[in-house]
Amino acid sequence: MNDTAKAPASAGRAAAKKELPEHLKAYKHVWIFIEQERGQVHPVSWELMGAGRILANKLGVDLAAVVVGARNEATQAVVRESFNYGADLAYLVADDILMDYRNESYTKAMTDLVNTYQPEILLLGATTLGRDLAGSVATTLLTGLTADCTELDVDAEGSLAATRPTFGGSLLCTIFTLNYRPQMATVRPRVMPMPERLEKPLGRVVEHPLGMVEDDIVTKVLSFLPDRDSTKSNLAFADVVVAGGLGLGSPENFQLIRQLAASIGAEFGCSRPLVQKGWVSSDRQIGQTGKTIRPKLYIAAGISGAIQHRVGVEGADYIVAINTDKNAPIFDFAHVGIVTDAVRLLPILTEAFSKRLSPHQRDRLAS
Amino acid sequence: MIDERFDAIVVGAGMAGNAAALTLAKRGLKVLQLERGEYSGSKNVQGAILYADMLEKLVPNFREDAPLERHLVEQRFWMMDDNSHTGLHYRSDEFNEERPNRYTIIRAQFDKWFSKKVQEAGAVVLCETTVLELLQDAYGKVIGVRSDRISGKIGADVVVLAEGVSGLLGTRAGLRKMPDKNNVALAVKEMHFLPQETLEARFNLRGDEGAVIEAVGTISQGMTGMGFIYTNKESISLGIGCLVADFEKTGQTPYGLLEKFKQHPSVAALIAGSEVKEYAAHLIPEGGFKAIPQLYGDGWVVVGDAAQLNNAVHREGSNLAMTSGRLAAEAIFQIKSRRDPMTKKNLSLYKKMLDESFVMKDLKKYRDMPDLLHIQAQNFFLTYPQLVSKAMTNFLRVDGTPKREKEKATFRSFLTARSPMGLVGDAVRLARAWR
Amino acid sequence: MHIVVCMKQVPDSAQIRVHPVTNTIMRQGVPTIINPYDLFAIEEALRLRQQFGGEVTILTMGPPSAEDSLRKALSFGADRAVLLTDRFFAGADTLATTYALATAIRKIGKEFGPPDIVFTGKQTIDGDTAQVGPGVAKRLGLMQLTYVSHIDKVDLKSGTIEVERRSEGGVQKLRSKMPCLISILEGVNEMRIGSLTDALKAARATIIKWSAQDAGVEDIAKCGLRGSPTIVKRVFAPKPRAEKAEFIELGDKPGDAFIEELFKRRPKLEAELEQLTRGY
Ligand SMILES: Cc1cc2nc3c(=O)[nH]c(=O)nc-3n(C[C@H](O)[C@H](O)[C@H](O)COP(=O)(O)OP(=O)(O)OC[C@H]3O[C@@H](n4cnc5c(N)ncnc54)[C@H](O)[C@@H]3O)c2cc1C
Ligand SMILES: Cc1cc2nc3c(=O)[nH]c(=O)nc-3n(C[C@H](O)[C@H](O)[C@H](O)COP(=O)(O)OP(=O)(O)OC[C@H]3O[C@@H](n4cnc5c(N)ncnc54)[C@H](O)[C@@H]3O)c2cc1C
Ligand SMILES: Nc1ncnc2c1ncn2[C@@H]1O[C@H](COP(=O)(O)O)[C@@H](O)[C@H]1O
Repeated sequence: MNDTAKAPASAGRAAAKKELPEHLKAYKHVWIFIEQERGQVHPVSWELMGAGRILANKLGVDLAAVVVGARNEATQAVVRESFNYGADLAYLVADDILMDYRNESYTKAMTDLVNTYQPEILLLGATTLGRDLAGSVATTLLTGLTADCTELDVDAEGSLAATRPTFGGSLLCTIFTLNYRPQMATVRPRVMPMPERLEKPLGRVVEHPLGMVEDDIVTKVLSFLPDRDSTKSNLAFADVVVAGGLGLGSPENFQLIRQLAASIGAEFGCSRPLVQKGWVSSDRQIGQTGKTIRPKLYIAAGISGAIQHRVGVEGADYIVAINTDKNAPIFDFAHVGIVTDAVRLLPILTEAFSKRLSPHQRDRLAS
Repeated sequence: MIDERFDAIVVGAGMAGNAAALTLAKRGLKVLQLERGEYSGSKNVQGAILYADMLEKLVPNFREDAPLERHLVEQRFWMMDDNSHTGLHYRSDEFNEERPNRYTIIRAQFDKWFSKKVQEAGAVVLCETTVLELLQDAYGKVIGVRSDRISGKIGADVVVLAEGVSGLLGTRAGLRKMPDKNNVALAVKEMHFLPQETLEARFNLRGDEGAVIEAVGTISQGMTGMGFIYTNKESISLGIGCLVADFEKTGQTPYGLLEKFKQHPSVAALIAGSEVKEYAAHLIPEGGFKAIPQLYGDGWVVVGDAAQLNNAVHREGSNLAMTSGRLAAEAIFQIKSRRDPMTKKNLSLYKKMLDESFVMKDLKKYRDMPDLLHIQAQNFFLTYPQLVSKAMTNFLRVDGTPKREKEKATFRSFLTARSPMGLVGDAVRLARAWR
Repeated sequence: MHIVVCMKQVPDSAQIRVHPVTNTIMRQGVPTIINPYDLFAIEEALRLRQQFGGEVTILTMGPPSAEDSLRKALSFGADRAVLLTDRFFAGADTLATTYALATAIRKIGKEFGPPDIVFTGKQTIDGDTAQVGPGVAKRLGLMQLTYVSHIDKVDLKSGTIEVERRSEGGVQKLRSKMPCLISILEGVNEMRIGSLTDALKAARATIIKWSAQDAGVEDIAKCGLRGSPTIVKRVFAPKPRAEKAEFIELGDKPGDAFIEELFKRRPKLEAELEQLTRGY
């Protein structure tokens, strides 16, 4: 939303009221796009099933899972699983040319489904795939899309109220799509609680043809390099991240960050000055002009916590900050703070963790 | 060296640089101005007091569109100890005049506006371009500059050094010596944002009225500094300055001092609940007359802080900067229009003009500040209020008439009324910063 | 080749303040910058031009003041800058923005030759939707290549392009066709400092300014506020996390103390770390 924060504009738009054109009244039910690559479902999709269930109940409509993928067992398994996460029914477009995600084919699958079965709400994860897809689907359907939401609700009139951060998180705004359908939103991973999984029988599955052959698709996938076999930085998707800043004082000391990271199976990152000084490669920079991370645990050592760094890490579930200055801004948003010399503490932590997490130790604990 | 040549290159887009570039461009010279910062003002300490008179000489109708914060109607001097302050508080409705004399400004915005004027006047302004060195010919004549940009050498008949207090370029080129750390104060400054209503209530201001507090005294153990508080529209500029040498001696950190200042009960109340946005540190030349370096040479002149032109007692820097910048430009224009070369001899015209202006007269006047300030603090309590008030109006007004003439003009008993200035001086003497 | 870069001027997020009472943005003195993500797009475009020759056109939709950012973009070495500015564009959401930008890109194509590649940044720091790129691609029928981390190959003759694309679980190597839209990933290159000559050129360049009409907009109703299906009902500041960081003392056995304190507060972490380390 390029203008969300223009107070006057938003005031003007807030005034707009709902007058849904007749032909759109037919749109019903809540859809969740189940994001999967090679049978691997992105957790955000299940989180969305939880959120979608609440909306569907409030509206008194069905909750549908939408699965798009290759015609194979893995895809079937995903469909089955979607019922265990509370789907009332599932829509399926299965075709081998959907094996890999490609914008052209997935956009066609989704727009056809929407035009045929007419949902009132369509939710996707705000992942690279979700954002790539949602953007072109919404534009094709010429409907509204609220990106990267952190909160969903329906108002008294049954319209979707999607709340999202803007201006790098310094503001939130609540956005409606009153007079267009479907109401689309992408939702940030890890903000909605993961719903309970309950074994359920397979429900109604509506299958829809893709109506496209490989030759219709211009873009070809030459190869896919999964992150686990890659040496490149996987910061954006790491569950645990350890990062260092200027406070470390020297490139040598940055080794301490790498070592701690290795000892707990974490990715390592850094603040911008270290990239600018050439201590660390730029794909390791965390923050506004670097990577945005959403780990379960973020350990920041010698980082002051400037806003441009902050916006890159605020999505972290838990932030531990090590800094000699108890007034450092990072302590304003870290959960736990340790006021000490990181250069001294880091090696101690590395050792302690290695002991604690090393295999033989674990075995002894088991016996 | 790239082919294109300029009549003049101005290094720096602060008050002095902008004044020089504007004047040169208005006079029809081909001017290139190079600024290190992202934009003019981006590297400058936020929040300051602007003296209308000097700006009027450059942009007569500046009041129409310049980003001015508030015009000053109230001046407070505080002498602080650790948890109290004694103050002199002067407020006059006379300051609510048609064309006020002093305004608070936020440098980042003001300089940006100033820079637009420079560009409109036809000067070419390049930001994010740092001048690394002056180019000199075999005889040491300055013939251009080298910037940090790719193939960044460019030539001009004369280079105007408006690089600010560091004076690095001039020093590197051996045209002058490094400013002495006993002659520069380090000032740190913060912007505290408050809703306009709150701010106006706290300082009892109406409309665009503004107030200034200048505070001296024992603000932290052993070390004394001078603190200042300016009111902007919806923010307060707050800071403190001390001699660099002093910081070194006491091992105090500027930020530590500032924290103390902010925690002082008299100050804390004023900034309570505010949101701090910028923190900036900046040097102020304090050497006065005696510290002024060589001001001109073959192919170069130096203006503003770079020339140590700063009147500590009256807290005037930007106006001396503007005036010196303007005069340097006028001198260059005159030489140019005579088709004369930019030699040391010819450029001495700038020094001559400066000597005749209030700039040098004032700086000379305070040459012996310390002795002049030999007054007991309690004098202040004895001084008659109305005299104080008269003196204050006079003292605070900055209009370019040399202070000495002004004082001649006022009646004899005025001498006693020096005490307010004595007060500052005295306080100021405590605050070594101002020596 | 002709490359169009979509660039936006945004308020510096570091300087944004929210009025504690009215909860509206206090724009006073908030400096504007080139959307940091777009710098990577500009740089990538300039690199391609170095390699294959051609021209780089920068396009911005925004207020007249956006001219400053365009000038800056030119100082990096771009060939021309187009400012799309008109009150009708005000208040545009992503759908309306993509309409305006797509229309302008068509016009740019007519005036200066059709683009082979349209670049956008990954997202803006004010809107940060990352939707404008895909929207523009769809409207112009360009191949859509988002989150591109590296451009492997460009073959102008056959009009094919090969890129690495950051996808959720890994990296996709894709072959596609030009004209295409590429939203470039952050941190994939280092912005250059333009030459003095470029800077001088930029300072004097005239920015091309187009109104909605100049740009060839047929339906004003598709622009700005009116053309925006989404409606911002409320803008408000997030509740500041009341409690600041909880400071913990580690005592004389800091290593173990740290681990204890950590797992005490986040019991799940122990198992998760075990998991991760086993993977190594
Ligand atoms: C447009 C723009 C974009 C930017 N993008 C980014 C970005 O993407 N990512 C980013 O990180 N920055 C970014 N920045 C820069 C950002 O503003 C800060 O300058 C930067 O984050 C500061 O890095 P730092 O915390 O490592 O260094 P500093 O701010 O210098 O902090 C060092 C910290 O270490 C502490 N310290 C010192 N010694 C020790 C010790 N021995 N042990 C423990 N602590 C110690 C100090 O107390 C201090 O808090 C951007 C800036 C701009 C203008
Ligand atoms: C805390 C504080 C409060 C003050 N309050 C007041 C006040 O209330 N009233 C008042 O009148 N004065 C005040 N002053 C003094 C006033 O700010 C200065 O006297 C005035 O700014 C001097 O202007 P200048 O152009 O000489 O230097 P500056 O304003 O410092 O400008 C120098 C410019 O040159 C640029 N530059 C430096 N080196 C290079 C290079 N190598 N290449 C390219 N560009 C370069 C810098 O980025 C900067 O923009 C105050 C100063 C401080 C520090
Ligand atoms: N008003 C605009 N003018 C030009 N380009 C824009 C504009 N808004 C967004 N873009 C481009 O679209 C990208 C994504 O923006 P957003 O969807 O707002 O996150 C940005 O990085 C820009 O490249």
